[in-house]
Amino acid sequence: MSTKTTIPDFRVTPSIDQVGIEERVARFTSRSIKKESKMQGMKMVLSMIDLTTLEGKDTEGKVKQMCYKAAHLHDVIPGLPTVAAVCVYPSMVKTAKDALKGTGVKVASVSTAFPSGQSTHEIKISDTKFAVDNGADEIDMVISRGEFLKGNYKFVFDEIASIKQACGKARLKVIFETGELSTLDNIRKVSDIAMYAGADFIKTSTGKISPAATMPVTLVMLEAIRDYYYATGRMVGMKPAGGISTSKLALQYLIMVNETLGADWLSNEWFRFGASSLANDVLMQIAKQNTGVYQSSDYFSKD
Amino acid sequence: MSKKEVKLKFNAAWDLAPAPEDSKHVSIKKQYDLFINGEFVKPNSKKYFATYNPATDEKISEIADADEKDVDKAVKAARAAFGKWSKLSGKERGKYIYRIARLMQERAREFAVIETMDGGKPIRESRDIDVPLAANHFFYYAGWADKLEYAFPNKNPKALGVAGQIIPWNFPLLMAAWKIAPALAAGNTVVLKPAETTPLTALKLAELIRDSGLPKGVVNIITGAGKTGAAIVNHPDINKIAFTGSTNVGKWIQKSIAGTDKKCTLELGGKAANIIFEDAPLDQAVEGIINGIFFNQGHVCCAGSRLFVQESVADIVIRKLKDRMETLKVGDPMDKNTDIGAINSKQQLLKIQEYIAIGKNEGGEIYQPSCSLPKKGNFCKPTIFLNVSQSHRIVQEEIFGPVLAIQTFRTIEEVIEKANNIPYGLSAGVWTDKGSKIFNLTSKLKAGVVWANTYNKFDPTSPFGGYKESGFGREGGLHGLGAYLQF
Repeated sequence: MSTKTTIPDFRVTPSIDQVGIEERVARFTSRSIKKESKMQGMKMVLSMIDLTTLEGKDTEGKVKQMCYKAAHLHDVIPGLPTVAAVCVYPSMVKTAKDALKGTGVKVASVSTAFPSGQSTHEIKISDTKFAVDNGADEIDMVISRGEFLKGNYKFVFDEIASIKQACGKARLKVIFETGELSTLDNIRKVSDIAMYAGADFIKTSTGKISPAATMPVTLVMLEAIRDYYYATGRMVGMKPAGGISTSKLALQYLIMVNETLGADWLSNEWFRFGASSLANDVLMQIAKQNTGVYQSSDYFSKD
Repeated sequence: MSKKEVKLKFNAAWDLAPAPEDSKHVSIKKQYDLFINGEFVKPNSKKYFATYNPATDEKISEIADADEKDVDKAVKAARAAFGKWSKLSGKERGKYIYRIARLMQERAREFAVIETMDGGKPIRESRDIDVPLAANHFFYYAGWADKLEYAFPNKNPKALGVAGQIIPWNFPLLMAAWKIAPALAAGNTVVLKPAETTPLTALKLAELIRDSGLPKGVVNIITGAGKTGAAIVNHPDINKIAFTGSTNVGKWIQKSIAGTDKKCTLELGGKAANIIFEDAPLDQAVEGIINGIFFNQGHVCCAGSRLFVQESVADIVIRKLKDRMETLKVGDPMDKNTDIGAINSKQQLLKIQEYIAIGKNEGGEIYQPSCSLPKKGNFCKPTIFLNVSQSHRIVQEEIFGPVLAIQTFRTIEEVIEKANNIPYGLSAGVWTDKGSKIFNLTSKLKAGVVWANTYNKFDPTSPFGGYKESGFGREGGLHGLGAYLQF
């Protein structure tokens, strides 16, 4: 980050008009994506997925199976990309790292007492360091929503900055849990806080509460990324997570990225989908595009 | 990172494949006659003129050219039908109007495709805005037909008689609906003339009205150019003229009917101010600028063609506006992804190009996005002019195309003065996060419609019309109904 960047006053971030945001989103969803552009888009979607399992019942066995799927989405169709990363709890990072050796698929770990973030600073730092030491390439932290809603923006800023420091070379994704933040104005504000505090990615949700990612929320975050980019020259990535389970919806998200941030963000270095079931729907659509017919979901592996 | 240029790249990595709307399902006859007294009849003149697709320059159909005798025939049919129609119970009149609305919904796709072929507007707009809104106008006024006594209590409302209605080429079907629906609900009969460059959807509406079983002569639709319109205006047996179009023609109409007892509503030109304050939601305001000036290629009388941006946010708003303009898709109106379609006619394209040249000569700083235009057809890049002032012609005159003149301002008083400093007064837009500022401006802007934190929103329940050279009278809502009644 450039040393010249001045940190703005977060009490006066730009205002957002919800009706206007929803109208803009409606324009994206009415785009018609056909033929080659659809195929190209679907392959992009696959390559941007963070294949995720974040459950209390996760085991090494389950994580290994998912890792194989991550690198071998559907070997029947040649030329498919791998997903971008797998996303697991810190305790599963080592297992995932070993399973993915040589595949190019990254390992992302949630941290900071995911999903609630209700723990002490020390525990959040050690949670993060543990994941990084075990080989995590990316850290998905959660912010302290309670402190944010209290108006304690300095706390939120400092916490993100210190986790960023603990990440070392790992890229930091900052989860806002937008479903708990209530207004689009808040989402804009927290996006600015996270980016100025050093986030490499900003991410909507943990997937644990509803609503998770929505297009209006994602648009507000993309516009914040755009303004931050113009202000600082630094690119920040975007990851909507939770609730995106169909190919059609994922393509509409990509349209939104393309028309808000442009071509530079259309790669898994700068855009990700946090999803568990999206990949198979995209694979089914790709098979349909190739063969002209839909296949049963039993033709696509569920790991 | 510091070496890299901070610039966003649009339309580079992922181009959308063409997605043209299918036009095979529509039926367009090779030749259209005049719709008089419930049937299509040959014009007395025996003359026909062609209507073209402005996106391809291809001829679509031939249209009858009505002369004075045809107009007289249509007015006589309307007069003959008036007695029975105006005495029919409101409930029965309402039934017919509802039927027209429902038929329009059923045939919405065909109407949308023809509207786009004949007028050049993107299919997204004709499909999502023009046709549904036209049907809504019929639905809305159908509901009033049996409630006139309640709409105007103790005023004993009565129909006027025969209404002569002349409509423009920018919203051909929608304007026909705006005119016909309240006239019928109030018990009038109608002679309507669509614009000569876009007559097809009005003629399809004539077919629909015939199929609806509306009594013969209640609606007559005749086609032709200015001479036909003049014959309607000057016909002695017409009780009301409703006109939407240019200010020059509006002035001529007023002169022509002076001294007669013809009632009149005029909806004319505009040069609306779209005002962005520093506390506005800027990204949504930029969207409002785009919708304000590039909706329907800027062929909108209430288009937000003068932008006023507060100086403190001018740079950021203009940067955002330029980025947004890069993402606009200009081209085949039938493509579902097209944002800006074809300019309605060669003549209009020349006029817009002339104004762009004037703007350049006056020293305005022009910006157009990098998009390419189709080789055939009438197309114009979305255009903005920076560094202009109230004294520039492109700020004063209505261009009726995708050309925006941008000025900055410092204080509220200054922007109100500049916004009102124009012969027109049809509409305005205000963008701010502060409610009190909105109400302050809405009471001081001399404009018939003021939108707050949105732009170009239309609804049948809301009256629409202008101040000063933008005309008089209101269409839509109860006001629009009252304009077809005497008390």
